[in-house]
Amino acid sequence: MSATNQAPTPKRSLWDYHAIFEKNSIILVLGILVAISIGGLVEIVPLFFLKATIEKVDGVRPKTPLELAGFDIYVREGCYLCHSQQVRALRDEVERYGHYSLAAESMYDHPFQWGSKRNGPDLARIGGKYSDDWHRDHLRHPQAVVPASIMPRYGFLEETPLDGAHIADNMKTLALVGVPYTQDMIDKAQEDLSAQGSPDSPGVADLQARYPKASAHEFGADKRPLTEADAVIAYLQQLGTQIDFKIYDNKANIR
Amino acid sequence: MADHAHGGDYDAATGKTTTGHSWDGISELNTPLPRWWLYTLYGCIVWAIIYWVLFPAWPWFGGATKGLLGWNSRTVVARELDELRASRSAMNDKLAAASLQQIEATPELLAFARAEGAAAFAQNCSPCHGAGAQGSRGYPNLNADRWLWGGTLDQIHTTITHGARWTADPDTHAGVMPSFGRDGLLNKEEISTIADYVRTLSGNAPDAGADLAKGKQLFIDNCSPCHGEDGKGNVDVGAANLTTQVWLYGPTKADIMHRIEVGGGGVMPAWKGRLDESTIKALTVFVHTLGGGK
Repeated sequence: MSATNQAPTPKRSLWDYHAIFEKNSIILVLGILVAISIGGLVEIVPLFFLKATIEKVDGVRPKTPLELAGFDIYVREGCYLCHSQQVRALRDEVERYGHYSLAAESMYDHPFQWGSKRNGPDLARIGGKYSDDWHRDHLRHPQAVVPASIMPRYGFLEETPLDGAHIADNMKTLALVGVPYTQDMIDKAQEDLSAQGSPDSPGVADLQARYPKASAHEFGADKRPLTEADAVIAYLQQLGTQIDFKIYDNKANIR
Repeated sequence: MADHAHGGDYDAATGKTTTGHSWDGISELNTPLPRWWLYTLYGCIVWAIIYWVLFPAWPWFGGATKGLLGWNSRTVVARELDELRASRSAMNDKLAAASLQQIEATPELLAFARAEGAAAFAQNCSPCHGAGAQGSRGYPNLNADRWLWGGTLDQIHTTITHGARWTADPDTHAGVMPSFGRDGLLNKEEISTIADYVRTLSGNAPDAGADLAKGKQLFIDNCSPCHGEDGKGNVDVGAANLTTQVWLYGPTKADIMHRIEVGGGGVMPAWKGRLDESTIKALTVFVHTLGGGK
């Protein structure tokens, strides 16, 4: 029955007003939108104004072009489906992996790689834990170094030349969403890309000036083209290493 | 047409009342939610309000509400870690105070160090050195009593602390084998001749017709500065002992030739910083007592 046919009742209870929503689908939909919006606004809007949302931590820098290329391959291959990158603030996790992850450490990841699926170990602090050679052996044939591993083989990565042609465009796009890539970084993307693959190359000093603590790797980039495996290894080897936790003040950042 | 807010007509067929809602003459029986369900819902709402008051809950400008209990996950984990350290401190302090030699000489400390070392080894070292420290191609076997960088307690301690060829640590073990073939220091034939000679050092048979005298001369000229004239290696530069049947990269002539061709050497991370000193001590004792300590 339409509402117009409704006989007016002398004393209206609250339920009568609710009938308006029950009998008019458009009003019902608008009501749902308002209700959901209030929930969303209360949960989300304060985060944009909270200083606590992303604490500022010294040492966190954007990824170098090579690390960024590695990150993209990491996402492309779906590594996040089995590996999280978030050491939670729980005793056993801190005991095993090291200092719990800070929001700042993934602030330049688009998309972030926190995850909750751990078929493999958490990788938030993998950087510097093993050698480059180990990562190469392990990507090629995980069971050769860790017999109990269930990780698939990624040997094709070291046979696939790295396509770095669009890395500067990639950085430009990330700059649009707030990653602090400077024009200088974007202009020198190709130089930095190859410099990080060869520690003896003259570009390493410039690379490290632009990206503090970026480590150049003995990938032989001066002798052969960089591969996708090189990029992934460069990415993995910086994971969790940017913040110096000897300096970081835990107590000041309790929130 | 009944259209009350609540309560309806008696429905004779079922013996129940209707909700009072009538749609084109069809009425709905009043079948209320089970009471247990409804009270559970109310209970949850009350619980949520208590929770909001006691625990951090609502984000607000300038910071989320803190809750009356002052609970905070970072505080909790810091306290739990402190408790863990305290519970271990009785033994860990002894471990930190004792020298490596004293640890091995004291059965109580030795047992603790080996247990802690085994746990730390499984988490940190086994990916390269293997679950049983048996090593694999390119990753040294730690049971074999053959040591690239020395097998005394202090030498093992230094290697774990600073790593090998780990450029981020200025005190790391240095010493890289030249790429004799790739850098054109030796030609293919010379490398083959040396490989034949190297195989004889460990009692393996060289290829038929190998010129061992020439191989020996080439070995003395090119390899002996690090590996020694007798091929027994040098732990100061990580040069392998070539006179045993323990091979890092394989015993075949092809393996040896490839190593002379490319040179280099394995890289081990420095564990200082990632592991604390008492854990490194425990690992040292664990590795030293695996069966190959000097």
